[in-house]
Amino acid sequence: MPVAIDAQGLSKKYQLGEQQAAYGTLRESLSHAVKRLTRQEHPHGKDEIWALRDVSFEVPEGEVLGIIGRNGAGKSTLLKVLTRIVSPTAGRAEIRGRVASLLEVGTGFHPELTGRENIYLNGSILGMKRREIRRNLPAIAEFSGVEKFLDTPVKRYSSGMYVRLAFSVAAHLEPEILLVDEVLAVGDAEFQARCLGRMEDMGATGRTVLFVSHQMQAVSQLCDRTILLDDGQIVRDGPSEEIVAHYLQTTAGAGASRTWPDSTEAPGDDLVRLRSVRVVDEDGTTSDYADVRRSIGVELAFSVVRDGSPVLPKVKLVAGGQIVFNAMDTDPRWHEPSPPGDYVATAWIPGNLLNEGLISVDVAVCSIDSPKLHHHVSVHEALSFHVQDPAEGDSSRGTFTGQWRGVVRPLLEWTCERG
Amino acid sequence: MIKPASRWPHLAVSELWHYRELLATLVWRDVVVRYKQTFLGIAWALLVPAFTAAVYVVVFGKFANFPSGGTPYVSLVIAGVLPMQYFASSLTSSSMSLAANLPLVTKVYFPRTLLPLAAVIVPLVDFIVGLPVLIGLMWRDGAWPSAPTVVFAPLFLGLAVLTALGTGLLLSAVNVRYRDVRYVIPVFLQVLPLLSGVMYAVEEIPTKWQWILAFNPMTAVIAGWRWAVLDASAPDPAQTAVGFAVGVVLFVVGLAVFRASEPRFADTI
Repeated sequence: MPVAIDAQGLSKKYQLGEQQAAYGTLRESLSHAVKRLTRQEHPHGKDEIWALRDVSFEVPEGEVLGIIGRNGAGKSTLLKVLTRIVSPTAGRAEIRGRVASLLEVGTGFHPELTGRENIYLNGSILGMKRREIRRNLPAIAEFSGVEKFLDTPVKRYSSGMYVRLAFSVAAHLEPEILLVDEVLAVGDAEFQARCLGRMEDMGATGRTVLFVSHQMQAVSQLCDRTILLDDGQIVRDGPSEEIVAHYLQTTAGAGASRTWPDSTEAPGDDLVRLRSVRVVDEDGTTSDYADVRRSIGVELAFSVVRDGSPVLPKVKLVAGGQIVFNAMDTDPRWHEPSPPGDYVATAWIPGNLLNEGLISVDVAVCSIDSPKLHHHVSVHEALSFHVQDPAEGDSSRGTFTGQWRGVVRPLLEWTCERG
Repeated sequence: MIKPASRWPHLAVSELWHYRELLATLVWRDVVVRYKQTFLGIAWALLVPAFTAAVYVVVFGKFANFPSGGTPYVSLVIAGVLPMQYFASSLTSSSMSLAANLPLVTKVYFPRTLLPLAAVIVPLVDFIVGLPVLIGLMWRDGAWPSAPTVVFAPLFLGLAVLTALGTGLLLSAVNVRYRDVRYVIPVFLQVLPLLSGVMYAVEEIPTKWQWILAFNPMTAVIAGWRWAVLDASAPDPAQTAVGFAVGVVLFVVGLAVFRASEPRFADTI
């Protein structure tokens, strides 16, 4: 089978000073890497980090390859190198075939232009020929469901319409090789399912797809093979199910659920043992993704092994390297020594509190020993989940679709008087 | 084929050609967007040079009595204002082009040279729309080009494009790192018309100062353009040659600086 992508020894070095001066998404995607590295000893001197180190792989034509890894593992950098947005410090890669890359939807959309004009603009930015766009225009309009507003400037679109239109253009790219970053974290569930379907079709018609994602389910569903990156290096490469399972089990990759079937290996001490943890939605279903408007629960199942001191469950949420909050169950029942047995405690985080993005959760079971907490169980980055906004206009971002900064994102009550 | 980027000042013409549709789209976007937001729309392309010229005519022609070298003063000024206006907007928008298209630079690949290039093409539309003002005045003054010198007009305009592109490549690359460029350009553009002979005939300047003007390619552009379309006296060949040489050097230097900093654009912007 001919090789579509052949990467040999790709490495990318960033100067720390440069990064701090950088703006926007690049800074974000790298700040995690920086923070992780600054916590350890600097392996390569003080002011540089290697976002990628000697990454080599081949992708045969027609394969759908997934790339996973936690934030700062180098996934986005790898994609940026392969799409030629940044050039590698060392190594080389050869890509054979017509490439289209999708690092975000709606790149280059201009608010003053109409929907139709933006289809042309965005399409040609993504590498479509004018003729191709004209041919696909009806299909794009239909897929997006905004046909009626094609001649309205997109600044008058609702954010949902905007995202749908943007995605529809992207979904009609016809490359031989498609490089996609996590773009599925937008839109409502139904639209997302359609987009996943579109990508499956692409894979099925013999296109080569490279798919970077946090959405483990999508990766196992779409990809034949998956590469796991950590610290800029390939740590695993193999069949998707195997790699995803490995990622979810190891500390390197927190997912929405983890179980320790063997109590002797489970985190804990002689008093408490953790059995499992998971992120659940309002229906009690394990979920990688949380709707920003709905409450989400962090469930801890643990066993108290013997009589002893009172214990209480505790969670810590971290987003982008910053602690969002610490919370523990203050129910009076935890004031008494907890009788031995199995417990399942769930911390419910209200809707309209967390900001969008990846949240990682540290879990613990503690005893209060003021002014200190004694940890019987403490698992760093035990879980992670994505908070996403379906962009239907009723969250705190209203109809705004751009980047929304902040650790939390409460939906406040506003009062306003005229006078 | 992806490898550590080459830093030679190559233009990569074949790649630019491959991306010609995107270039056209970028130009089209800028033209459409610019006039969509304005009430008078494309009329501004006529009004701006006409107004600037009117001010020059009153201030420099009537009060200061600047020398026109035998050509009707109003035509002389308009023939200077149009290329200067072109150069000023090209320079400004091409210098800002990388920073202004930030989302594109960090999210999609295409030859980065397309951005300053598109930015020097867009003002050509304004230039063409402004031409009727000049033609109208020439008709009024009867100042038609008598010789077929008019075929050289595009050549001098080409020098303005080349100079704007060279400077734009240079400054857009610098602007990625140092946003100071935004403040320097307006100052520079205020002085430039005075140094380029927009409101006077170049040959009227004392000979001992002529050599300074020669190093400004815009002097060659304006003097040459007037000679080509207005039947004004022929520009000094040496001065013109130096002007072209400086334009080419600026372009090569600009491209070299651009290529040298290109690999870092997406990292630093």
